[in-house]
Amino acid sequence: MSPEVHHQQARDTAEAVARRSYGKLVAYLAARTRDVDAAEDALAEAFAAALGDWPRKGCPANPEAWLLTVARRKFLDTVRSRRREDTSDDMESMADSLAAAADESNFPDQRLGLMFACAHPAIDIGIRAPLMLQAVLGLDAARIASAFLLSPATMGQRLVRAKQKIRQAGIPLRIPERKELPGRLEGVLDATYAAFSEGWIDASGADLARRDLAEEAIYLGRLVTELLPNEPEAMGLLALMLYAESRRRARRDVQGEYVPLMEQCVDDWNTAMINEAEQLLIRACATNTIGRYQLEAAIQSAHIERRRTRQANWTHVVELYDALLAYAQSPVVAINRALAIAELHGPEAGLDAIGQLGGDVRLRDYQPWWAARADLLARTGKLDAARQAYDIAMGLEKDESVRRFLDRRRSALGS
Amino acid sequence: MQYLLTLYADESAFAKMTPEQQQKGYAAYMAYTEALKAAGAHVSSNRLRPSGTATTLRTTDGKTQVLDGPFVDSKEQLGGYYLIDVPDLDAALSWAGRCPGVGHGIVEVRAIWDMSNNGR
Repeated sequence: MSPEVHHQQARDTAEAVARRSYGKLVAYLAARTRDVDAAEDALAEAFAAALGDWPRKGCPANPEAWLLTVARRKFLDTVRSRRREDTSDDMESMADSLAAAADESNFPDQRLGLMFACAHPAIDIGIRAPLMLQAVLGLDAARIASAFLLSPATMGQRLVRAKQKIRQAGIPLRIPERKELPGRLEGVLDATYAAFSEGWIDASGADLARRDLAEEAIYLGRLVTELLPNEPEAMGLLALMLYAESRRRARRDVQGEYVPLMEQCVDDWNTAMINEAEQLLIRACATNTIGRYQLEAAIQSAHIERRRTRQANWTHVVELYDALLAYAQSPVVAINRALAIAELHGPEAGLDAIGQLGGDVRLRDYQPWWAARADLLARTGKLDAARQAYDIAMGLEKDESVRRFLDRRRSALGS
Repeated sequence: MQYLLTLYADESAFAKMTPEQQQKGYAAYMAYTEALKAAGAHVSSNRLRPSGTATTLRTTDGKTQVLDGPFVDSKEQLGGYYLIDVPDLDAALSWAGRCPGVGHGIVEVRAIWDMSNNGR
């Protein structure tokens, strides 16, 4: 084989291992000392060494064990330099167990513990999703920054601070006790969903960093359902993300223009993802413990019924929104509920429901509220008010294709 | 790891309580301290005299000033502390959550900086 081929093979193997085992290696190294950044640094060095070594000598039979052996040395050096008492029993026993793990090429998967640390209530809520993406999946700060619309320097600093907090405040990298699990799991699921939502904003998928983020979040969601099976809300979240992702292609027409849910061509929806989501939702419902993510997934499922019946089941959708509103008093849920009511009982009823939210100041700069209002006003024949609402909605929208969609709707009202 | 739980509360509220209520308050703290000791988590703890007894030192323009009163003048005052030794922050938070101070004030949880580890 030519050197280029060797090199490419080494790179491919390293990338595959990174994909499969990055978080596993970080979690395993950092589990005891909570030194997430030292574990990441050590791994970065090990991966760099792999790219130098593997093309010349061939890929090792067990790449994870190879990486752990190299990373372990560097990691222990860093941790020792942080502690004067480097002969303490603690350090020695850790060094021994890391060495044994590398030899046996078999080490426990502690990624879930790492995820619980990243989404710990003591960590600032805004940095939990970026922290999980970095520590568990190995995404670099620049890529995360671009998805979260922050400068790489700012994102980098926040990530460093969060990792410092894990180490210095003593946040454990482990799965919480049974009685604390539901609340803490919610933190992990919320952070995962936050990552997904960031990726989802860019519906056209033109921005690669963001598009990938939705896929990464689904990967995290899968990880939780695999490592913590039978948690209904974890299954609910994965189902919700899969339902949303299944419609990605249908959200834009061939010209790249935005297509609202009700006008999407159902044949463009991804059947495999929908089937997986349905299965997850059925399994989650069998546990008889309802929750926010299961309800949101159930709403998606009700919308997707249209695929079979060619007609949406609005009675069911409104019922689900009523239930969801009891869990999450969010304006977003209330707006969508009002739109569903409009489908079921007519635009006047929808307008009433949306009008009841008018007192909420959070909605004044919230595009979906104005867009929903504009649509309902137009359907009740209040055209001047509708045009005005469309103007405000357009002024608040970031996505150009959504802006053009709103403009088309506004123009359709005449002037 | 060691953690310092600092307890903040409105001192005037305590002064307004009946002797029976105050007695109940003491008893709750006593029980909490005993529970910490029984679990082997207690290092030390103390109640502080009211913030009116505090004296604060600071240097202004190279001159050390001695001032009457606490450093921070706020609605809640530092009234006591627990120094505990537990495995991690979750354990510390779990103890902090059981502290009677949470019921009538604020409890701050801070990790002790172990200076024997090279101060890092």
